[in-house]
Formats: sequence, C-alpha cells, structure tokens
Amino acid sequence: MTELRKRGGGGGGGEPDSTENISDKDGDDRLGLHVDAEGEGDIDSKADTPDVPLSTADTDNTPQYLNKALEGLPPRWKNYWIRGVLSIAMISGFFLIIYMGPVALILVVMTVQIKCFQEIITIGYRVYHSYELPWFRTLSWYFLICVNYFFYGETVADYFGALVQREEPLQFLARYHRFISFTLYLAGFCMFVLSLVKKHYRLQFYMFAWTHVTLLIVVTQSHLVIQNLFEGMIWFIVPISIVICNDIMAYLFGFFFGRTPLIKLSPKKTWEGFIGGFFSTVVFGFILAYLLAQFQYFVCPVGFNSETNGFTVECEPSDIFVMQEYTLPTMLQNALSWKTVNLYPFQIHSVSLSSFASLIGPFGGFFASGFKRAFKIKDFASTIPGHGGIMDRFDCQYLMATFTHVYIASFIRGPNPSKLLQQLMMLQPEQQLSIFHTLHSHLRDRGMIPPAAAQA
Amino acid sequence: MAELRKRAARDTDPTLQQQPSEDKGSDSELKVEKDGLSDSESKADSGVPDVPVPPDDTPEVLNKALSGLSSRWKNWWVRGILTLAMISFFFFIIYLGPMVLMMIVLCVQIKCFQEIITIGYSVYHSYHLPWFRTLSWYFLLCVNYFFYGETVTDYFFTLVQREEPLRILSKYHRFISFALYLTGFCMFVLSLVKKHYRLQFYMFGWTHVTLLIVVTQSHLIIHNLFEGMIWFIVPISCVICNDIMAYMFGFFFGRTPLIKLSPKKTWEGFIGGLFATIVFGIMLSYVMAGYRYFVCPVEFNNDSNSFQVDCEPSDLFQLQEYSLPSILESVTGWTTVRLYPFQIHSIALSSFASIVGPFGGFFASGFKRAFKIKDFANTIPGHGGIMDRFDCQYLMATFVNVYIASFIRGPNPSKVIQQLLALRADQQLHIFNSLKAHLTEKGLLPALEEAAA
Repeated sequence: MTELRKRGGGGGGGEPDSTENISDKDGDDRLGLHVDAEGEGDIDSKADTPDVPLSTADTDNTPQYLNKALEGLPPRWKNYWIRGVLSIAMISGFFLIIYMGPVALILVVMTVQIKCFQEIITIGYRVYHSYELPWFRTLSWYFLICVNYFFYGETVADYFGALVQREEPLQFLARYHRFISFTLYLAGFCMFVLSLVKKHYRLQFYMFAWTHVTLLIVVTQSHLVIQNLFEGMIWFIVPISIVICNDIMAYLFGFFFGRTPLIKLSPKKTWEGFIGGFFSTVVFGFILAYLLAQFQYFVCPVGFNSETNGFTVECEPSDIFVMQEYTLPTMLQNALSWKTVNLYPFQIHSVSLSSFASLIGPFGGFFASGFKRAFKIKDFASTIPGHGGIMDRFDCQYLMATFTHVYIASFIRGPNPSKLLQQLMMLQPEQQLSIFHTLHSHLRDRGMIPPAAAQA
Repeated sequence: MAELRKRAARDTDPTLQQQPSEDKGSDSELKVEKDGLSDSESKADSGVPDVPVPPDDTPEVLNKALSGLSSRWKNWWVRGILTLAMISFFFFIIYLGPMVLMMIVLCVQIKCFQEIITIGYSVYHSYHLPWFRTLSWYFLLCVNYFFYGETVTDYFFTLVQREEPLRILSKYHRFISFALYLTGFCMFVLSLVKKHYRLQFYMFGWTHVTLLIVVTQSHLIIHNLFEGMIWFIVPISCVICNDIMAYMFGFFFGRTPLIKLSPKKTWEGFIGGLFATIVFGIMLSYVMAGYRYFVCPVEFNNDSNSFQVDCEPSDLFQLQEYSLPSILESVTGWTTVRLYPFQIHSIALSSFASIVGPFGGFFASGFKRAFKIKDFANTIPGHGGIMDRFDCQYLMATFVNVYIASFIRGPNPSKVIQQLLALRADQQLHIFNSLKAHLTEKGLLPALEEAAA
C-alpha cells in the first residue's frame, strides 16, 4: 500500500521528499565518497534532478490499450481504474496458479524471487554507479545461484528422499551437499577478492554487502514460503491472502474513516485504517480458513509420489483440520445463546496469523517505505503498471512468510519422519541399537507394541 | 599478516610516529591508492578526522626494556613478544578446558563485533543517531541467543529436559528468538528519523553483515569444539603456522609479488608456507591424536553437571597401517607406514588454510583499504585489533565445520532421539519397524526378536 500513498499524495507527497534533499547529507560517508549525487552539500539543488535515474514507474507507462479504454476520464480516476484492474488481474492470477498445483506454485515463487532480487540489485547499481565495475553483475547472480542451490538442495533432500536414494548421482550430490555448496560459495568469494580494483574498493565492498543483505532478505524468505507450501497449500494461501486483505481493508477504512495519522514515515496511513483493517482481516481469515480447511487439496502436505514422479496431495487430514466442538466461554454463551460451536482448530490458528499480518506485517511495509525514501526512489521498479515493482507488492509478505514458518515449526509440526529415518541410517550401529531399545521401550509404554513381543 | 606488511612499509619512514592525517602518511600502499582518488576527494580527506590510531601505544614496560634499540628493531621485538604472549595464552586456555574455551570464543566474538561496528559508526558519522548502538548490540544478543539456544538444546538435552523453564524455552526456542528479533526490527522502523534514513539503513545493513560474518562463524567454532578439541586446535594452529611460515619464507626468499592487493605477499612465501603448514599439520595431529583429552567429543555429564572428555576414540584416531605407493617405497625403504587417519584429514585442513585462508586476509586488507583504516583497532600492541588476528580464521572455521559435517560426523544421536520422541505414534511405529528390519539385516539383533515380532 505504500506507493498508493505516494501516488495519492501525487504532487503533495512527492515534494517534501525533494525539498529535504537540499540539506540532506545522508548519503555522504566520512571520506567524501560520492556515493550518490544528492549526498553532497550545495551541489544538491543542481543535482536534485538526481543522477540516480528515477524509476520509470514515475512516468506514465500504462499499456496502450488501457490508455485508450480510459481516455475520457480525468487522470486521478484513471489511476484508480488502472490500479483496480491490475489488482483484480493479480488476484485472478493468484487463483489460477493455485489451481495449477504445487509445481506451478514453486516455479512462480522462484520467478518472483529472482525478479525481486534483480530489482533490489538494480537499485544498488544505480545508487553506487557501479554498472561499470568488473564482474559485479556476474558475481551477484552467481551468489544468487549458489544460495538457491544450497536451499533447494536441502529441501529436495528432505522431501524427495526416495527419489534421491534411487539415482546414484543424486545420492552423491545429497550426501556431500553442504560441502559442494560451500565450495561454490567460496569460489565466488575468491573471485570477489581477485576482482578488487584499486580505485573502487569501497564500491565493491558496498555492492558485496548489498548483495548479501538482499540474499538474506529475499532468498531465505522465498524458501520459507516453499517450505510452508510443502506443509500444505493452505499454509501458503491463507497467509498471503490475509496480507492482501489487510492491505485492501486498511486502505478502504483509511479512505472512508481515516483521520489520525499512524506513523511519520507513511503519512497516509491512519489509525482508523489500521484498526479497521485488523478486525476485518481477522474475520476474513476466520472465514477463509473455514472454507479451505474442508478440502484435502489444500490441507494435505505435498508429497512426492515416487512411482508416478509427480506431486500428490492426498492424505488423512491431521487433527487441526478436523471439525471439533468447543464450548463457548459464558459471556459469548449469553450473547449468542449457543453452548458449543463447531470449529476447525485451524481457524483458531488463523486468528494468530491474521493478527500478525495486521499488527506486524505493516512494519515490513514501513521498512520498504523507509528504504525507498532513503534512496530517493518512488518504486522499486515499474514491472506492474500502477503498482510499481514486484517488491512493492511483496514487501509485507516477507515477515509473514517467516512468521508462518516459525509458527508451524513451533506449534504445529513435528520433525520430518523420512529425514529422521535417513539420519538414523547414517549413525553407527551401536548408536542405532541404543536408539532402537529406547524407542522400543517408549512404544511399549504407549501400548503401540504388544508386550508379548518385548523379549529384548 | 596484513598489518605486518603495512607496518613494515611504514618502518621505512624515518618517523615511526603516525601522522594525524594518516591518509597523507608515508605508507606506500595508501599513497598509491590515494593517487587514484579524484581531486575533490583528496582535498576532502585532509580535513576529515581519522579513525584514531594512537602514535605509540606499546605499554610502558616494553618501552623501557627496549629503549636502547632502534625503532625498527623495537617494532620487531614488540611484535615478537606479543606473538609469543598470544601463543602461550592459547596453550593456557586449552589447558583450562572446554568451558573456558567457549567463554573465550564468546569474548573474541563480542570484541570483533564491536570493532567492526565502531568502524561503521566512524565511517557514517552515526554516533549521534538515536538508538543505533542499542539496536546493534540488541541484534547481537538476539542472534547469539538463537545460536546458543540451538547448541544448548542439542548437547545438553538431558539437562534441558529436567528443568521445567528450560524445557519450555527450548520447545518454543525458534518462536522466542524470532519474536525477539522482530522486536528489534520494529524498533528500527520506529527509530527512522527523517533526515537520516540512508545512514540508518546503512548501519542496519552493516550490522547484519557483521553478524553474518562474526557470529555465525564463532558458533561454527564452538560446534567444532564440541566435536573434539582437536578440531578446534589443529585448524587454528594451522592458520597461525601458515601466517608465520609464509612471512618467514617471504622474508628470506621472497621475490615475486602475489597479488596487487597485498604487495608484500610473495609467491615464494605462499608456496613455502603451504608445504611448511602441511608438514606442521601432520606432526601436530600425530602428537595430539594420542590424547583422549583432545580427541573425544565434549560431553555434558548430567550427574556431575560439568563437561567431560572421556570416550573410546573413534576409528579416526586409531593408528592404522597404510601401504605406501611404490614411489615412496623406493625412496624411503619402508613398505608400510603407521598413521592416524586424522593425519590424512589434517592435510586437507592445512591445504585449505594455506591456499584459501589467505583470501580471508585479502578480504580484510581490501576492507581496510576501502575504508582507509590501518587496523581494525589497537587492542593488541604491535598487532592491531582482534579482527586483524582473526581475519584468516573465519573461513577456516566454516570449512572445518562443513568438512566435519560432510566427511566425518554422522548425525547427533541424542538429537535424533529427541526428534523421534516428538513424532506421532504411528510415525514412530513405522520408523521402529524400518530400523528393526535394518538392524536384523545387519545381524545386530538376534533373530529371536524377528520371530517374536
């Protein structure tokens, strides 16, 4: 929603930024390196048509046909229409890829990740004028590939255990995965050191750090998204939908009732929008969870079927997706005159997911706003007409993905059995034997094994 | 070795004292770099306050003892004495045991973090920014809490299960760590001040990269330590030996420069250091592999509530006979040789320390040049800051950890049990049956069991 604020503010919102520039010595570090043209003292007013080319999101780049269709309207309404049309287009796209299944989703996540990475790195290039630096683009993309290889390798080894055991080269790659990934990373590191050029040390270090922080933010979170996906598509769909809903609801509440500003960083956000968005998102999440929890397609962990070599989503739904009766606390009982209510436990979890999305999620948006202000850009890129770049759409999602993953790991999921079996097989025989006995007595205590068999 | 080179260069200047405007100093490499800067930058440099490097900070006692010598020799002596002091200190803490080693690693980590962050502050004039120091240290605490929590849960499993508050902390560990981190993140966002956005983002990025480099690697060192103190001692010693040997070889035979980034390094030093380090590594592992104190994984004894290093040494640390390839046979007249397998692994470790380790040093040199500082700090007289001493160690620690995980160690059995017990009953049964089949196949379980099941 952040750039909505800027566009709505249009003339008003943009100007305060640029007038700040004149005395803004932010970008200048101690030794006077011209990190960015606006960084310097009085040169600012001249350089205020900054060296960093404004992202083309500022210019009018709506596609021709949309322009024709909306010719008659005044520019403000045209903007809203474009945003509206694109919002609907994106949401439909979202539904379509959900329909297409897990493989398509994984591919889309990967594509989004690559695009986000590219957007942020491009900003870095512009800020540091580092287009001409040797090797830099190659190295940034190389590090992206390395880190992706590392993460995808860990995922594949976990979930595709059976497939990996079958194929000999895959087995080798899986066993020495960490070593291979580390070697690849080291090769990139050594290339970086060898590529240091005398006059450009600082720029190169800045870009190195920029690349790494971007990898940390973008790549790790996209892998958390994929891990959530493997738990069950509902863990992918519900968090993302909730963030989208919160964005839209907070905007609408702010539009109709907004009065008190929320935070200096984003002047268009209001407390009314924030609180209204919070409540409506909780309700929306509750309803959406109810709808989705009924279908095995959404609820089952994505499994890889070795025979058909495809993904399957078929299983016995776990307890949290089985309807249960809850007794209402007495207050609600009097209010609604119902004694008990049938809920999926997942709906209760969805309340915490919604709360996070509404309360903490916006901080991701503020962070991105602050980032854009710090580097004096309007949008990350101009990929989506009316909305800016992919990063603009996904800035609130990142914290959400990590939260969902940590939530699942802490409260929902146990360890992965096939991975455990794999680890068991790698232990020493004496250790295996001792674990065997421990497990045996444990299962016997739980009554899973008839005592007659306990001869050991 | 980086700052050794710089100091040596500086010694050629008659005045040992540092000039206040050190950028105009006599150090040849800096001057070379300065020529590359544009005019406005070189003018800007002169008026700018430097990262303070005190002129002569050797302690009084050393000064008096060496007052008679010329300044160049005095420098060598100071460095030599401090080197010996550091190495003795290293032996001393090894003697004191694993607990002390962990504390030392923690202290070194905090000091390194502080050094790098201080450089960031001085580069970005960000002393006065609100909250920034608090936030940087807070993030350090969070990340350390997360990592130590993971270690403690793995190795102190029984202790944790016993104490109720610890159990809750370990069950929801990730969630708690994430909540702590998020608090810091939100504080950062709330602390953004209008005119200082960029500085604040830079410091945020700087803090995170520093955490990535310093904290993760110090935890890898501790993981290595838990595998057995030999995995801690041998890599660090190899790196130190490589530093010293490469310097010696360079000093006596050095002729061909190695890399433009560090003009004092030479190919002769590099190659001589490689061979000397391999030999040193083989000898050191031979000496150490005989003692249980070094070889056994560090374990926590629940009854005595302390660490112990007592075990049956694994195959890696038992002497085995290897038949020499025929070339060496004819040369040395031996048909077989008795080695610890660990000595062969030590060749891999030494090679890494000599070949790739220096890149860590070049990276730190490039960093210091980029930000125009001589040393990270001046904690150790004659050597600079703690980071200066540890710059080559970082890559080594990661490499050893990855090496152990890939080639040596299997999974940790207590962790496996812990996870097993957390599974659902039907999953446990399934694993139980698979394990039973596997063990019976291997003949570890009497066939009687199979019949009864």
